[in-house]
Amino acid sequence: KRVSVVLFCQTGVYYGSKLELRAKPEDDEYWNSSKFSAFTFDDEDDEFTKMKESKRAVNSILVDDDDDDDDVEKVSWSGEPIGSISWSVKETASSFRSSGEQSFPKIDTAPSLPKQGSGYSLSSLFKAFTDTSTRAYAPELRKPKSECKDYMSDWSPEETVRRMRKGRAYSLERFRSLQDKLLLLDEAVSLHDGNVITAVLIYLKRSLSKEILFRELMVREVALRHYVHYLKEMGEQKLLLMQYKEHLNIKDEGRRRDFLKSCLSLPFSQDDAMHVQDHYTLLERQIIIEANDKRGEAEIFRKYPRKASILNMPLITTLYYSCFYHYGEPEGTFSSPANIRKTFRISEKQYILTALGARAKLKSWFDVDSLFNTKNWLGYTKKRSPIGFHRVVDILQKNNAPAQVLQEYVNLIDDPELRLSLAQKYKCHDIVIDTYKDLKDRQQLIVYQGKVERGSHEDRKIEELINNMQIRWKN
Amino acid sequence: MAQSGRRDAPELPDFSLLKRLARDQLIYLLEQLPGRKDLFIDADLMSPLDRIANVTTLKQHEVDKLYKVELKPIVSTADQLCFLIRPRIQTVKWISDVVNLDKAAGRLRRYKIIFTPQKFYACEAVLEEQGVFGDVTCDEWAFYLLPLDDDIISLELPEFFRENFLEGDQRWVGAAGGALRLIHSLYGPFSKVYGIGQCAKMVYESWREQVEDGEQKTQQPEIGNVFLIDRDVDFITPLCSQVVYEGLVDDIFRIKCGSVEFGPEVTSSDKSIKVMLNSQDKVFNEIRNEHFSNVFGFLSQKARNLQTAYDKRRGMDIQQMKAFVSEELKGLKQEHRLLSLHIGASECIMKKKTKQDFQELLKTEHSLLEGFEVRECVSFIEEHINRQISMIDSLRLLCLLSLTENGLLPKDYRSLKAQYLQSYGIEHLLTFSNLKQMGLLVEQQPGETLTVMESKVGKLVNDKTAGKLTDAFSSLAKKSNFRALSKRLVLIPKSGEEYDLRVPRDMAYIFSGAYVPLSCKLIEQVLERDGWTGLEEITRMLNGHEFAVSGGANGTESRIKADSQRIVLVMFLGGCTYSEISALRFLGRERGYKFIVVTTAITNSGRLLEALLDNHP
Repeated sequence: KRVSVVLFCQTGVYYGSKLELRAKPEDDEYWNSSKFSAFTFDDEDDEFTKMKESKRAVNSILVDDDDDDDDVEKVSWSGEPIGSISWSVKETASSFRSSGEQSFPKIDTAPSLPKQGSGYSLSSLFKAFTDTSTRAYAPELRKPKSECKDYMSDWSPEETVRRMRKGRAYSLERFRSLQDKLLLLDEAVSLHDGNVITAVLIYLKRSLSKEILFRELMVREVALRHYVHYLKEMGEQKLLLMQYKEHLNIKDEGRRRDFLKSCLSLPFSQDDAMHVQDHYTLLERQIIIEANDKRGEAEIFRKYPRKASILNMPLITTLYYSCFYHYGEPEGTFSSPANIRKTFRISEKQYILTALGARAKLKSWFDVDSLFNTKNWLGYTKKRSPIGFHRVVDILQKNNAPAQVLQEYVNLIDDPELRLSLAQKYKCHDIVIDTYKDLKDRQQLIVYQGKVERGSHEDRKIEELINNMQIRWKN
Repeated sequence: MAQSGRRDAPELPDFSLLKRLARDQLIYLLEQLPGRKDLFIDADLMSPLDRIANVTTLKQHEVDKLYKVELKPIVSTADQLCFLIRPRIQTVKWISDVVNLDKAAGRLRRYKIIFTPQKFYACEAVLEEQGVFGDVTCDEWAFYLLPLDDDIISLELPEFFRENFLEGDQRWVGAAGGALRLIHSLYGPFSKVYGIGQCAKMVYESWREQVEDGEQKTQQPEIGNVFLIDRDVDFITPLCSQVVYEGLVDDIFRIKCGSVEFGPEVTSSDKSIKVMLNSQDKVFNEIRNEHFSNVFGFLSQKARNLQTAYDKRRGMDIQQMKAFVSEELKGLKQEHRLLSLHIGASECIMKKKTKQDFQELLKTEHSLLEGFEVRECVSFIEEHINRQISMIDSLRLLCLLSLTENGLLPKDYRSLKAQYLQSYGIEHLLTFSNLKQMGLLVEQQPGETLTVMESKVGKLVNDKTAGKLTDAFSSLAKKSNFRALSKRLVLIPKSGEEYDLRVPRDMAYIFSGAYVPLSCKLIEQVLERDGWTGLEEITRMLNGHEFAVSGGANGTESRIKADSQRIVLVMFLGGCTYSEISALRFLGRERGYKFIVVTTAITNSGRLLEALLDNHP
């Protein structure tokens, strides 16, 4: 009698509610044999039809399921029909009484579809479960059957998880069949107590094979996430990215590089595979550069000794380093800025910013100039920049560029307002005066005259301008 | 200072009781291991412990030496070891090692682990596996709630955020329910509980079942209403730069357990000073909720008043002077000390925040919130990344961009991610994966309509590979719908209008008048409507999971309980910011409520994002 009750519960409580998500073999068979499979659509061709088709099919399954329900009433342990009022009252009040007057109603906490999923978690788990070195547990030493016959063995899954939550005595030994185990797990999940869920999972881990446990967890998102987190904390789990993360634990750079190389074969997404490849190439590069530069023979290393090794630094830091110590090396050398720029597909903007920072730090104003120089077809040089010239001025100023260098770049700022404010800030008088002249703002010129030194070159220039009647001042 | 508000605002309950309870329970547990013992304390329990007990208390109960848990071999020579820890597998493994080392060396000791706020089965399983179960006794110290101030109570569980929202582990649901049960038993019965969020629902259920476990309530309620809210209902607010004094201090100096350490740059001496920041500090209490632009004026006024008070001494006779010294001087000196500290802190903040960079940062944030010149924002963020300035700020802006725009354009996502990895290290791949899973930084699904999504769900049934299952789930990833929400709830005040930060007209003042925090706006709306009626569209955009339930209290008592009905306990699951607390205080003053904030931890943009970084072993 008991066996049949368990079966009904399974159909009603667990199987039915999970149906939409399950990819059980039976379902597949159903799909293959169903009349809908006669329609052959390419995957993306007509998703709408497919959706309707799926929906109808799902509904039809649910209907079948309902039919089952009609045939046999679901019965709980005590024999009351599941879902009946008396059953649910008993269920919530089996071991405790509500305080009547102040009681709050229950709200439905059944999880809807999971809100989000990582691009990796599930598919990569396959890998995790086959890859991780097996942690062998001694087979549970089970108590002889006769001992299980005490009152504990009578507790239902609900009672058991509730006792667990309250920290009371419980026993999981009697949950031996797969169905019982899963019933226990689903009951724990419906209680929303992560502690109990994990406790049940630990028991399942010890008493089920990895393959079976994983197969069942695949259709139980909440339990699965608890399990993954538990393995992570125990240090037993290596998801795809976790495996890659291992490299952070390797101190020796040679071994770290080799480890990264071994990661290249992992099934990353296309984008991430490229990033991991870059990571490997970068470290390989850094090891070569480090070996050469450690000796610090070139003059620049004596003049500006290195503060730290370049190993494991980000790419942009490496580029900066290369612009600082290896500027002007031919593209063929691994340490040259040009080579790094090309190998790692660094954008022009990023390159200019970094090179500018490094060359300005060294006060190589000539190099700074040539960064922005472009020749047009007539051979004239013109300055052009992928970053705003106000940013260039900012960086130059932070590196204490001399006045005339600063002035040249302030003058290149397009926006007159911005140009004016920076020119005033850095006291580039000529630019301020010329800008006001261009803006035909005589009033501001007069105001500005008060800020420059009496009788200076600027003073005279302003005087000349404001008396110039040829200009059509706006005020 | 708009402190006055409605005069009839009810008094807050006295929460010092919580501290007493926790202390007594700890003492009881320590006495369970009679005799001298060394005590090992988890690093993150030290500050909370400091707030409720001191070394003398511990010494009185035969604690000999105190150690910080460092997961290294121990040097203690005591015969009894007691470990006061959070239930973490790592720590329990370490304790097992300690015990096993002793065993191997033939050394006999007694061991006790006190887990707080509760123990986990997984921890006991470790003890069992390591063969030390039984050698070690385990206890639970139900220290759920630490009052940080008159109106702030913290669970001091920062890990709640990552474990619940990123890992999907519901292990703390019971603890949050337990915390609520404790408050209910001391200050309840509650008459209304509102909530929104999946976790909020579970916490409510957990609390409800714990209460039903045989508690009878007859006392006068001190707290009438409860609002539970998940942090993932509103990620935007905690990611914005804070500009209210208390929030700024937290952003810059990091307030830890209600106390801050001001370094030499603030104290203008060579040492650091630790200060408690709460309503006991009269100077702080008056500026904590103010927009930073008002703080300087206030402090200089205060300084002038102080000067006048000191100046009173002139022309006093001996008798008057005596009275002055005994009655006023101490208070003045105390005020003087606090004043100079807060002036120092403000100067330090000014220095950091008036830089060009911060202005541009704020401007970008505001543009994103408003949905104005988004392309400019994208290039600002790009340049921010290119220049390798603050790794966290770059991430914060990226997340704000994603949340306000319902995801990044695929082209932008790929390019900004690549540049981020180049600037700050490729190991941040893991960080990006975490942010994606949380829905904080995602790619826009081009042209995805509801129909397509539904068809994907339908397709699940016959997809054989689990990979596709995941894909379909991630396409269901929560959309933030920020623009629509912001429009419906009027979160962005009309631009162009003058906003007087000295006389705030709404909660937007905490963000310079640019944005009303979504979390607080929801609370305001629900309290106003006494439920979610009329907010159906809003909750749909927030992914549902809202509820409003009342206890079966009968109406006759309602007259007596009028005061408690205006005391609202707001519980943030996953952390709340000081700015949100300031906003709620403002709302309380406007509407005659008193808010009590219970939070799993105080958070800010830095802490929130750091919890999701995975660039270290």
